[in-house]
Amino acid sequence: MAAPGFERVPISEQEASVRAKNFDEVCLGYTEEEAVLEASRCLNCKNPRCVQGCPVNIDIPGFIMALKEQNFKGAYDKISESSALPAVCGRVCPQETQCEALCIRGVKGDAVSIGKLERYTADRAREEGIKPHTDCAPNGHKIAVIGSGPAGLTCAGDLARLGYDVTIFEALHEAGGVLTYGIPEFRLPKDTVVAAEIENVKALGVKIETNVVIGKSVTIDELMEDEGFEAVFIGSGAGLPMFMKIPGENAKGVFSANEYLTRNNLMKAFREDSDTPIFRPAKVAVVGGGNVAMDAARTALRLGAEVTIVYRRSEAELPARVEEVHHAKEEGIKFELLTNPVEILEDDDHNVRAMKCIRMELGEPDASGRRRPVPVEGSEFELETNAVIMALGTSPNPLIASTTEGLDTNKWKCIVASEENGQTSKEGVFAGGDAVTGAATVILAMGAGKAAAKGIDEYIKSKN
Amino acid sequence: MYLIKKKRVLHDSIFLMDIVAPRVAKYCQPGQFVIVRIDEMGERVPLTVCDYNREEGTVTIVVQTIGASTLRMKELNEGEYLHDFVGPLGQPSELITDDIEEVKKKKILFVAGGLGTAPVYPQVKWLHEHGIDADVIVGAKNKDLVILEEEMKAVAGNLYITTDDGSYVRKGLVTEVIADLVEKEGKKYDLCVSIGPMIMMKFCTLTTKKYNIPTIVSMNPIMVDGTGMCGACRLTVGDEVKFACIDGPEFDGFKVNFDEAMERMKLYRTEEGRAMLKLKEGDTHHGGCGHCDGGDK
Repeated sequence: MAAPGFERVPISEQEASVRAKNFDEVCLGYTEEEAVLEASRCLNCKNPRCVQGCPVNIDIPGFIMALKEQNFKGAYDKISESSALPAVCGRVCPQETQCEALCIRGVKGDAVSIGKLERYTADRAREEGIKPHTDCAPNGHKIAVIGSGPAGLTCAGDLARLGYDVTIFEALHEAGGVLTYGIPEFRLPKDTVVAAEIENVKALGVKIETNVVIGKSVTIDELMEDEGFEAVFIGSGAGLPMFMKIPGENAKGVFSANEYLTRNNLMKAFREDSDTPIFRPAKVAVVGGGNVAMDAARTALRLGAEVTIVYRRSEAELPARVEEVHHAKEEGIKFELLTNPVEILEDDDHNVRAMKCIRMELGEPDASGRRRPVPVEGSEFELETNAVIMALGTSPNPLIASTTEGLDTNKWKCIVASEENGQTSKEGVFAGGDAVTGAATVILAMGAGKAAAKGIDEYIKSKN
Repeated sequence: MYLIKKKRVLHDSIFLMDIVAPRVAKYCQPGQFVIVRIDEMGERVPLTVCDYNREEGTVTIVVQTIGASTLRMKELNEGEYLHDFVGPLGQPSELITDDIEEVKKKKILFVAGGLGTAPVYPQVKWLHEHGIDADVIVGAKNKDLVILEEEMKAVAGNLYITTDDGSYVRKGLVTEVIADLVEKEGKKYDLCVSIGPMIMMKFCTLTTKKYNIPTIVSMNPIMVDGTGMCGACRLTVGDEVKFACIDGPEFDGFKVNFDEAMERMKLYRTEEGRAMLKLKEGDTHHGGCGHCDGGDK
C-alpha cells in the first residue's frame, strides 16, 4: 500500500448496482491495514482543531494515535470516555462539516478520515468483545430519561457513569429512537450496530422501559412525585411529520417519510416474515432534500421502485450530506431540482397517478441565508408517479409539554432549555436534542444529552 | 411482556382478553385505545379499550381476526404473553371529560356495529356508574356476531339488538332502528355516539343528521405508532386534517369525510390478506390473492 499522503485511504463499498437491490450496509469499512495507514496521516496537532468540531469533544488525536500503534482497545477506551455510540457516530455523523472540516490536513489535500476511523475502532471493539468501563459506584439518586434516541442514550450513559440510577422510558416497543425507526439498515445496521451500542449503555446499569408514552401512560410530575425520580431529562425528539397542505395529499399512496421509514426500519416490512405491509409501487416521488429524503428514496429504490427526488432549491442547497446525495445518484435515483409540487393527482380509485409540479428559480436570500426559490410562472408539468413520500421535516410532539405543568415551549413547540446545561423552565427538568432544537442531527442531540447529564449532576449535587 | 390473565372466545373470529398492564390500567379512560404487538414480527395493532380494572392492573381488549397478527393472537391462551402493549392512547371520550352535570341533562343514544360493541361498552358502563342510563343499539351481521350482550344489558337503559339477516331479535340495519325509535316511538336524543365499521358510522350520521342529533364517531383508520409520529391515520374533519391517534379517535361525525377515510383503509387490503393467507396456507400459498378480503380493522 502507498505511503500516506495528501489523499485519504479509500474505503470499499458495495457496488451501486448490487446494493440498490439489498438492505445490507453500503459502506464496508476499513480493513486493519487501511485503518492503521489512514491513522498515520493524523499529524497529532498540539492544538487539535478537530476536537473543537466534535459536539461531544472526543479526544480525536488520542484515539487515532492509539489506532496507529495498533492499540485497538486503547483507541476504543479513548472514544468511550466521551461517546456511548461510536459505531453509530462513525456512520451517521456529518464529519465533513464538523471534526473533518477543521482538520489541518484538509488545508492541502484530504482531511483525515476521522469518521471512518471511529467506525473501525468501534466495530473492532464489538467484534473482539471489548466493552466500555462499567465500574461506576452507585450514588442512589434516581433519574428518569424520556426517549431512547441519541440524546437520551447519551445522557443516560453519562449519568450512569457518574453513579446515577437511570431509567429510560421509550414510547415505541424498541429502544433507539431515530436510530431504530428512522435511519435505514443500509446506513446503520440495527442488530449488529444499534442494538449492540444500546446493550453497552444498559451494561452501565441503565434500565430501559419500553411501551411507556410519557404524558399518556404517566406524566413527568407523577414520575417525580410518585416514582421518586429526582430529575428528568426529556429527549423525546421531533416526531411530528409535516405535510405540504396541497390538494390530493390524502390520496392513497401519499406517506410521510416517518411512516414509510418506520414501516421499513422499525417494523421490518422489507422482510418476508414481517406482518407489517409497505406500499411497493413502480414509481415513487420523494419530496425534500435532506438526509431523511435520501433515506426514503433509497429505501423505495431497494423495494423495487423507480425513484425521483423533488426539491425546490438547487443542488448546492441540498441539506443532505454530500455522501448521501452521491450514493443516491450512484444508485440511480433521479433528481428534479428547482421543482416544487403544487398538487397530487388521483385516478378514479383515489390512487396517486401523478404529481403536478412547478419549476422554481432562486431569488434573493431568505432568513436562512439561502436563496429563496420562487415559482417560474407557467412552468407547471406532471410528474408521473404512484406514490409520494413527504420528507419535509418534523416538529416536536407537543404531548409532553402539554401535560407538564410549568414547562415552557417556544412558538415552534420546541421545549425551551439552556444550551449549556439543558435546564428548562421547570425545576429538576432538563431537555435536549430535537425536542429543543427541532429536527437536527444525531451528534448534536448527543452533545445536548451530554451537556444535560452534566447539568443534572450539578443540580443533584447542589441539592444534597 | 404482558400476561394474558383471561381469555374468552366470543365467536369463531372474535375473542376477549384481560391483559396485565398496570400503567395502562391506571390511566385509561373510555374512548381511548391501546396498541398491541403479539411477537417480534407482529404488526402494531390498535385496539380500543373495552374495560379496565385499576386495582388488578388489567385492561380488557376485544379482538377480531383480520390479519396475520390477530390470527396468531387468537392462538394464545391464558398464562401466555403479548410482546407489547402500550397506552392509553388518544383522547378520552368527551362524555368523560365534559361537566358531568351537563352530561346528565342529555338523553344519549349509542349505536354499536359489530366489534364496535366493545368500545361502546365502557362508555355506557361509565355513564351507568354515574347514574346516567343511555339507550344502546347493537347491530351485527347475525346472531353469532352479537357480542357482550349480557354485559351491555346490565349497564344500558334500553338495549335494542338488530341483525342483518334477522337471525336474532329483529332484521334490519341500525339506521332503521334509529328511525323507528325517533319516528315511531317518539324518542328524543340530544347526542348519539356511533362506533363500528366506517360504512355503518357514515350511514348512521346521515340518519342522525336528519333528526338533528349531534353525533360522535370513533375512527379506526390504518395506524403505525399511535403517537402522532407517522400520519398514516390522517383524516379530513371539516376543513382540517386531523390525526386519529392524537386528535381522536372520536370526532364530530357530521364533519368527518368518511368516503376519503374508507378509501384510505383499502390501501393495504390485499397485502393484509396476503399475509393472512400465507399464514393460513403456509407453503401452499403462492400469492396472486388480489381478490382476498382483509376485512375492516
